[in-house]
Amino acid sequence: MSTWEYAPAPESRDIANLRPSYRPFIGGEFVDGSGEPLKTINPATEEVLAEVGTASVSDVDTAVKAARRAYERTWRTMPGAERAKYLFRIARLIQERSRELAVLETLDNGKPIKESRDADVPTAAAHFFYHAGWADKLGYAGYGPDPKPLGVAGQVIPWNFPLLMLAWKIAPALATGNTVVLKPAETTPLSALVFAEICQQAGLPPGVVNIVPGAGDIGAALVDHPGVDKVAFTGSTEVGKQIQRAVAGTPKKLTLELGGKAANVVFDDAPLDQAVEGIVNGIFYNQGHVCCAGSRLLAQESVVDELLEKLRHRVSTLRLGDPLDKNTDIGAVNSAEQLARIRDLAETGDAEGAQRWTSPCPVPERGFFFPPTVFSGVEQSMRIAREEIFGPVLSVLTFRTPDEAVAKANNTPYGLSAGIWTEKGSRILWAASKLRAGVVWANTFNRFDPAAPFGGYQESGFGREGGRTGLEAYLDV
Amino acid sequence: MSDARVTVAKTYKLYLGGAFPRSESGRTYPVTDAKGRFLANAAHASRKDLRDAVVAARKAFGGWSGATAYNRGQVLYRVAEMLEGRREQFASEVAASEGLPAKKAQSLVDAAVDRWVWYAGWTDKVATVLGAANPVAGPYFSFTVPEPTGVVGVLAPQRSSLLGLVSVLAPVLATGCTAVVVSSAERPLPAITLSEVLATSDVPAGVVNVLTGKASELGPWLASHADVNAIDPTGAGPVGRVELAREAAGTVKRVLAVPEEEPDWTAQPDIARLRQYLEPKTVWHPMGV
Repeated sequence: MSTWEYAPAPESRDIANLRPSYRPFIGGEFVDGSGEPLKTINPATEEVLAEVGTASVSDVDTAVKAARRAYERTWRTMPGAERAKYLFRIARLIQERSRELAVLETLDNGKPIKESRDADVPTAAAHFFYHAGWADKLGYAGYGPDPKPLGVAGQVIPWNFPLLMLAWKIAPALATGNTVVLKPAETTPLSALVFAEICQQAGLPPGVVNIVPGAGDIGAALVDHPGVDKVAFTGSTEVGKQIQRAVAGTPKKLTLELGGKAANVVFDDAPLDQAVEGIVNGIFYNQGHVCCAGSRLLAQESVVDELLEKLRHRVSTLRLGDPLDKNTDIGAVNSAEQLARIRDLAETGDAEGAQRWTSPCPVPERGFFFPPTVFSGVEQSMRIAREEIFGPVLSVLTFRTPDEAVAKANNTPYGLSAGIWTEKGSRILWAASKLRAGVVWANTFNRFDPAAPFGGYQESGFGREGGRTGLEAYLDV
Repeated sequence: MSDARVTVAKTYKLYLGGAFPRSESGRTYPVTDAKGRFLANAAHASRKDLRDAVVAARKAFGGWSGATAYNRGQVLYRVAEMLEGRREQFASEVAASEGLPAKKAQSLVDAAVDRWVWYAGWTDKVATVLGAANPVAGPYFSFTVPEPTGVVGVLAPQRSSLLGLVSVLAPVLATGCTAVVVSSAERPLPAITLSEVLATSDVPAGVVNVLTGKASELGPWLASHADVNAIDPTGAGPVGRVELAREAAGTVKRVLAVPEEEPDWTAQPDIARLRQYLEPKTVWHPMGV
């Protein structure tokens, strides 16, 4: 039997229209930030992509004031139907520039082009399209006949889905009549600044959206700013707790979307081939840089050997490498820092006695890459079973009875997502009601939609994004 | 009844896991009426009592949250029936605690009973109002159901000893959450009488636990306790609330946003309190043959 080898199929990086420098976006203009400029790199090659001007604390103040002015003078008094049209325009502009945004996102983040092209960018556009329609229908959302916006929203987003997380934050905020100051992640600021250009192209009134690149200190300055009425954060539980503490005692409304350690539960009657696809999608999608990643596989004891054999076989076929190659399944880890963290946590798995299996895939010499890794024989007390690794590392645990599965799945301070694999409908509904998680995927995993609320229980945060439920975060109710 | 008859005085204790124990600390404090006349010695709950109460509330959570909404509605309606039966007793306790004329106290008790009935009726409706079938762009059935947050720590209003207490406690129970309540410090007696009502109304042991004592002493422990999911800081006052909110951050606890000053509890509430104690859960399943 002859084997057909893959030929390289790289997407052209020229489509990204990469520029040598980018600047903060405040009051409808690109301005010279007075922070120290940062260099953003391509994590797949470690080459510098562009220099990005950053905001200083005083720039944050300027941005918040610009957002306040836009809120008072334009945005909050504008009829919902008019606000809606700006959001529709933005959705269309994202679609028009989708290939450019996808390539840019892949360059800056390291994620495979097929993911940025088929998931991140189209879903970002969908979020604006969905929320546009709410802007003039808020009286039907269940928060009273005429729910009011909060004012200026300060939003801080992570590096794992830069444009998509921006859309999750900005679309509902604008639809409900708030104005925004958003800080993108330090390592992935580019797509947010192209989004700022899209706001200009859409003719969005100046100050309605402001983008302030910078590091954690600028995020903190934004969260702490007294002119901010609403704080929305997606990121680690550790930083989320700091923000909750900082906001305590102020009238600011807070929503947090934090870490997770999701259990993906496979019962003995599950369709194993489908389950394997779901497990792979659950933990290796976006290099495992997903807060709702299915990082704990809970397999029923009677099928664990068969499942692991199938899983290892499937994972061996995953192609790791150039994120711009359309055949690539697993791209680069976003930063050297994150790679080091993944390595450290994986080493604790070895030290605590779990058995490591690593995909035999070739690993590029340059860039930040971590091959798909599966730990079996994992115990609940191990760090790799308790802590969020945020990388392509799966921990496999076993169970005997459904009750044990639920107890183990819920044995975590987190509660963002969970997976269930079984052919039995009644068991799905039973397990879905017992799992303490904000999103439960049954016989599927990692599905997202602007119409479906997303968010966590317990230390995975509070508040929801998406759906009618998600509007509450930006309304004075 | 002859004037010579000596009344039987009641010893007011804590309500914890369905029983009425004294504080493990042995501490009590005198409770007086609005004019300063001695009414009773209330148990002065300790940190240990609070931790026991959280354990009891956690133990009761599975059963209470897992009961059908219809069943919870009936149990809560039963509480209203029992409240109505003790109308006179509550009226005299509220009048003494809050220093109100009998008629005013009576109207507050009536409002409290009606409030309880209002929330009892929500148990099997709130999922319809707050849940959804999500029209996602793909071959999936996606739905969202609100589920109870878990154990809720309630610092009850300091002034409104019954109507305020009912207004903050009933929504916790209606959602399927369980409660650890720190009663008003100076006006705790209606809270203990309410506990007696709960104990005789088919509310399972541990679903409500009532501690009499100081919100300033117990509140921070409640806010930092890792097995408490949400906290209502009403009774902590504006200053105490800031510390509670900071303590709550350590476990990403839900902290109810409450007005600076105790509101007018006779005003008809909306469903905001119910919403605060519910976690929307979104479930996905593929569709296909």
